Amino acid sequence: MTTQTLEAAPIGLFDPRILRRAGLDAFAKLNPAALIRNPVIFVTEIVALLVSVLAIHDLIDGHSPTFAISIALWLWLTVLFATFAEAVAEGRGRARAETLRRTRSDLVARLLDDPADRTRFTEVPAATLRRDALVLVRAGDLIPSDGEVVEGQASVDESAITGESAPVIREAGGDRSAVTGGTQVISDWLVVRITAEPGHTFIEQMIALVEGASRRKTPNEIALDILLAGLTIIFLIAVVTLVGLARYSGHVPSVVVLAALLVTLIPTTIGGLLSAIGIAGMDRLVRFNVIATSGRAVEAAGDIDMLLLDKTGTITFGNRMAAGFHPIAGVDPRSLAQAAALASLGDETPEGRSVVTLARDAHGVAFDLDPDAVIVPFSANTRVSGIDLHDRVWRKGAVDSILELVPGQATDAFRAEVERIARLGATPLAVMEDNRLLGIIELKDTVKPGIRERFAALRRMGIRTVMITGDNRTTAAAIAAEAGVDDFLAQATPQDKLAYIRREQEAGRLVAMCGDGTNDAPALAQADVGVAMQTGTQAAREAGNMVDLDSDPTKLIEVVEIGKQLLITRGSLTTFSIANDVSKYFAILPAIFAATYPGLAALNIMRLHTPQSAILSAVIFNALIIVALVPLALRGVRFRATGASALLRRNLLIYGLGGLIAPFIGIKLIDLVLVAIGAA
Amino acid sequence: MTLIGWVQIALVLAAVLAAAFPLGAWIATVLGGRRLALAPVERALYRAGGIDPERGMGWKSYAIALLVLSAVHFALLYAILRLQYWLPFNPQGFAGMSPKLAFNTAISFVTNTNWQAYSGEAALSNGAQMFGLTVHNFLSAAAGIAAAGAVARAFARAGTGDLGNFWVDLTRITLYVLLPLALVVTIVLIALGVPQTLAGSVDAITLEGAKQTIALGPVAFQEAIKLLGTNGGGFFNANSAHPFENPSAISNILENWSLLAIGFAMPIAFGRIVGRPRDGLALMITMAILLAAFTLALYAAEAAGNPLLHALGLPGGNMEGKEVRFGIPLSSLFTASTTATSTGAVIAAHDSLTPLGGMVTLVLMQLGEVIPGGVGSGLYGMLVFVLLTVFIAGLMVGRTPEYLGKKVEAREIKLAMLAVLILPLAILGGTAISLCTASGLGSLANAGPHGLSEMLYAWTSSAANNGSAFAGLSADTPLLDYGLGIAMLLGRFAYLVPVLAIAGSLAAKPKLAASAGTFPTHGVLFATLLAINILILGGLQFLPALSLGPLAEQFAMLAGQTY
Amino acid sequence: MTVLAQIRPALTLVGVSTLALGFVLPLGFVGAAGLIAPSQAQGSLIERDGHVIGSALIGQTFARPDYFHPRPSATSPAPYNADNSSASNLGPTSKALIDRVRTDIAGRHEVPADALTTSGSGLDPDISPANARDQVARVAAARHLPAEQVATLVARSVRGPFLGIFGEPRVNVLRLNLALDAMKG
Repeated sequence: MTTQTLEAAPIGLFDPRILRRAGLDAFAKLNPAALIRNPVIFVTEIVALLVSVLAIHDLIDGHSPTFAISIALWLWLTVLFATFAEAVAEGRGRARAETLRRTRSDLVARLLDDPADRTRFTEVPAATLRRDALVLVRAGDLIPSDGEVVEGQASVDESAITGESAPVIREAGGDRSAVTGGTQVISDWLVVRITAEPGHTFIEQMIALVEGASRRKTPNEIALDILLAGLTIIFLIAVVTLVGLARYSGHVPSVVVLAALLVTLIPTTIGGLLSAIGIAGMDRLVRFNVIATSGRAVEAAGDIDMLLLDKTGTITFGNRMAAGFHPIAGVDPRSLAQAAALASLGDETPEGRSVVTLARDAHGVAFDLDPDAVIVPFSANTRVSGIDLHDRVWRKGAVDSILELVPGQATDAFRAEVERIARLGATPLAVMEDNRLLGIIELKDTVKPGIRERFAALRRMGIRTVMITGDNRTTAAAIAAEAGVDDFLAQATPQDKLAYIRREQEAGRLVAMCGDGTNDAPALAQADVGVAMQTGTQAAREAGNMVDLDSDPTKLIEVVEIGKQLLITRGSLTTFSIANDVSKYFAILPAIFAATYPGLAALNIMRLHTPQSAILSAVIFNALIIVALVPLALRGVRFRATGASALLRRNLLIYGLGGLIAPFIGIKLIDLVLVAIGAA
Repeated sequence: MTLIGWVQIALVLAAVLAAAFPLGAWIATVLGGRRLALAPVERALYRAGGIDPERGMGWKSYAIALLVLSAVHFALLYAILRLQYWLPFNPQGFAGMSPKLAFNTAISFVTNTNWQAYSGEAALSNGAQMFGLTVHNFLSAAAGIAAAGAVARAFARAGTGDLGNFWVDLTRITLYVLLPLALVVTIVLIALGVPQTLAGSVDAITLEGAKQTIALGPVAFQEAIKLLGTNGGGFFNANSAHPFENPSAISNILENWSLLAIGFAMPIAFGRIVGRPRDGLALMITMAILLAAFTLALYAAEAAGNPLLHALGLPGGNMEGKEVRFGIPLSSLFTASTTATSTGAVIAAHDSLTPLGGMVTLVLMQLGEVIPGGVGSGLYGMLVFVLLTVFIAGLMVGRTPEYLGKKVEAREIKLAMLAVLILPLAILGGTAISLCTASGLGSLANAGPHGLSEMLYAWTSSAANNGSAFAGLSADTPLLDYGLGIAMLLGRFAYLVPVLAIAGSLAAKPKLAASAGTFPTHGVLFATLLAINILILGGLQFLPALSLGPLAEQFAMLAGQTY
Repeated sequence: MTVLAQIRPALTLVGVSTLALGFVLPLGFVGAAGLIAPSQAQGSLIERDGHVIGSALIGQTFARPDYFHPRPSATSPAPYNADNSSASNLGPTSKALIDRVRTDIAGRHEVPADALTTSGSGLDPDISPANARDQVARVAAARHLPAEQVATLVARSVRGPFLGIFGEPRVNVLRLNLALDAMKG
């Protein structure tokens, strides 16, 4: 896994360049036609406009317009702070997108005229390439678009998107055939069949998402928008009808005052920050080197109950390594280690090297290969390998083959040990020195360090992990136990994977799947969240709705956290916004009605200075709280894998109770300031 | 407040909660469709009505069936009220109702509101009470429970549009739930002194030699179902405060129990139907705690009394509008119970409650009558709050919100908000318009903030389908007869149809399995959150209106001001 | 069409319900009530000398000083109109309410609350024991009876709460006045 990312230096929360641009964008976003997408802020803008007109009217009529102007000013600021929050989020996304886009500007593609003939091509701009076009890419070229290698083999530098500096091999056929636009061929050549229409490559989709330009609202955002619009209508009803009620009571409050009441009651805080939260979520995702094709996929990731992982290369390293020496009775373990190491000196396979390494690490035995030694390589015929040196012989190999060389030496204990190792999913190799059987090397597929903890973290989030493997049940069970997965699917065919996912989905679970091979594509498509590995095939990448540029399947933990964080941030700020209303009532209602019913002044528990300062303080608090919460919206409320109840209790205390109390303090302080500067 | 007062309230509530478990289980059985004792009667009814009991209905058909029933029954009652002069059992020879009053009354009974813009003993024949109002009391209550059953099934089922058969639900609830309870309660009430006679009235010569005409009638049967079905339309103008409707503390306890029993049994039935009894229990406990809290607030306000009267030398609690035999604690409990459900029967004059006591009744109705609410309607109203609560709380734990394995998404939120909008629109809109018209102002019996409360109460009671009143208001005017009638229609059907649509949408969804990331909806935390949400989402929009009504009156009263 | 399909079931069920719940059962109960509790079913009427003099459950007006007085009644057109029950419906800050009480209290102090407040039905048959005791002196004087004797009668007439818990102790005014008349006779 690499820690180097697209944008190595994180974009500061308040990068001055971004803020400057955002300040300008905030004004551009005041266009009501665009703002209508956000009903709460749209209503605020209409109200601000209305109050402004009234303030001007007052001015012309010769009334003192100070109060109306102050309210109008702060209502406009409320709208501006909201558009500013969105602009900042977009600005950060745009900065991120710039670095993505740099990889794709002004590319020229060599479009083959005839698939069979690599020598005849036309040079065309990469942006015009259609799906299924065949292009030739030679050493030093940037690959013009996403595609699949149909001919050739080359090493490709994908650091532009993965940050991984070591080049990777890309070749026709098999699991390493996918190439990504913007990566560079270092050696040799490739013929690539383009698989993405212009503007729809992974990178381009991601650019659009982080910029917020083509961002469609996610289902959850739509639901929340409806809730907020509903609350806005409810408070609109409450405020408009108040005219009739107040008229009966003897004194109708001015439109300016009612406007102030309305804006402070409708959920402007969450309304103003909602889109910023969404954009910031996509931005965080890119920082983790994951590309998503939609915001919906990210939210879905927050909901998953189950993660399916391919064993090889994700849970284990994918090759067998020496894990232990088991001498037969009467043999010193160190002697066995020595013999095993000697027998493996000439074995350059990862297995052979792992034996030498284990002997050195576990028993401190180390040898250099004697120049006189004769290496006996492994052959499918003998199924043993080793060295001959000065009439001495060391061999290791398949147990049956070795036993043929040393007949009659196998004890019952030895056979039992062989059986035990095989049953645990490991591979036993017998070791002999000269004509003597010494014992067994246990080879096994090693589970990646730290993976157990990652799975434990997933379990705490409520996500079960399932390992998929082609191994037999015994082997699979042993590895599953070691890795700490909750379940496993042994001897799995693509049909098995698909069926497994379907079954889980029917039982009401949301399933995520990580995969890379072409045969994973159906399962990736069936899963609710399919994370394809960047190193995988194009088929897999198209079937999934996310691509992990680092090809680290446990990355899903971060993706899940980002998805959850998105929802938590929205929920928390909604709660905060609604809880705020209680205190605003205590500020504004006595201010409006104390003239009619002096007794209602008793509700002014904050002891705000004058009715006007009370109303203005509430409006100012309402505006400032948006700005104050922009960092939280961009950063997101932290997800803690502490269980749902604990998380809910915590967020309720902070954002619910906090939302209840904070404005009492804030409004009182603003009132004190207004009095101090003589504005009230 | 006295200890004995607290004990009375606690014991009655305990009796209600104790009954909720067996009654809830029984309602779940009845809604579950199992073959029960009266199967031959059911079969005969289905055959006569051309009903195929096996055939389930989608939400639209279910809603249409409910609306058709209501329309047919409305038409019948309207005709009865207009034509009662010519109909049987009219010993006093009452004339037919005016069109506007008949419209208002028919709507009020078809919507389970039972608002009374008329005086029962002075305007309605025994016949109209029997085959008009009493029948409505059964069917509108059964329709509410049926709808709640359909909503419960939506949570229990997956991948289907089938919410059950409305006609079967209606028949079985009437036959197996309402009728048996009504039979028992009627007999006990008769034994306790509630009349059941065809006589219209008797004339007595009092000890001082004056003539007193005492109105009578077939009261007991109507009384029983009026409370059990949370209808609340009284035989007499004074409703359950009338000694013939409610002769003693014992009958009062039975009546108070009756009007709460099914309401509290519904969440238990819900838990059974969805296979999650603890979730149903959590809803019931939330309802119970809120009701207890509001009851105590009301009791405290009434027991504290009226300082204006104290100053004149009349100490003690507020007895204006209350009956001696009930006293303040039982009056407070009944008053809270009747407005926390959609009953609207009264044993004390709500108009004469202390300002804060009156505010409790207003708030209980404005919250949507969900603690426990009307039979059936309380449960589905509560579930709307649950969905909204789960939506916000679910977000806060980082999952797409779900309740009982059903994801709460844009469609459900849209429909829930649509339903929630109805109350503020009808209540605040109606009140504001009425207070701006001469006709509306002319209906008020009290001046100052209490006048606003009176009007606010009328619209609140109608939109919430409660039916009780700040009864000083002269409600038989064109504005209020038609206006409140429309508010009742909106409060019942404009709420019910979106709720059934939610049920349709939920029934089609797969039922998700719970995981460690799902927060439990049966714990203390959820119940607390739900309670807070009911108060905030249900109550916040009414605070400005309340501050100009009861709150202003409270401060005026403390300051010695009269109007 | 779905709407039309539902009309027959609706008509059937409304028809059957009206018949069963609107006629058969109420009339059945009228009959049954006549058997199990004939007096209650007919309104708990009290007769004296062959005439109905009222109902035990319904209050009636007593204005003469030699009778115990019930609570004020807000029924119209006259108090204790058992043909049209009604409360005063006066709010707590109602000037009419305050003025009424101020007039009625006539400078007295610590008057039992029920004595000067109207009931919810306007037909409350009961008064509180304190209210009854307050009237003993007047009634005794008007009837030329020893106050203790009347007070004893009042004490005997007090009915306690149900099970000693539910409701309030109370005195039925009509029954008390009947007992008073019986004592004289």
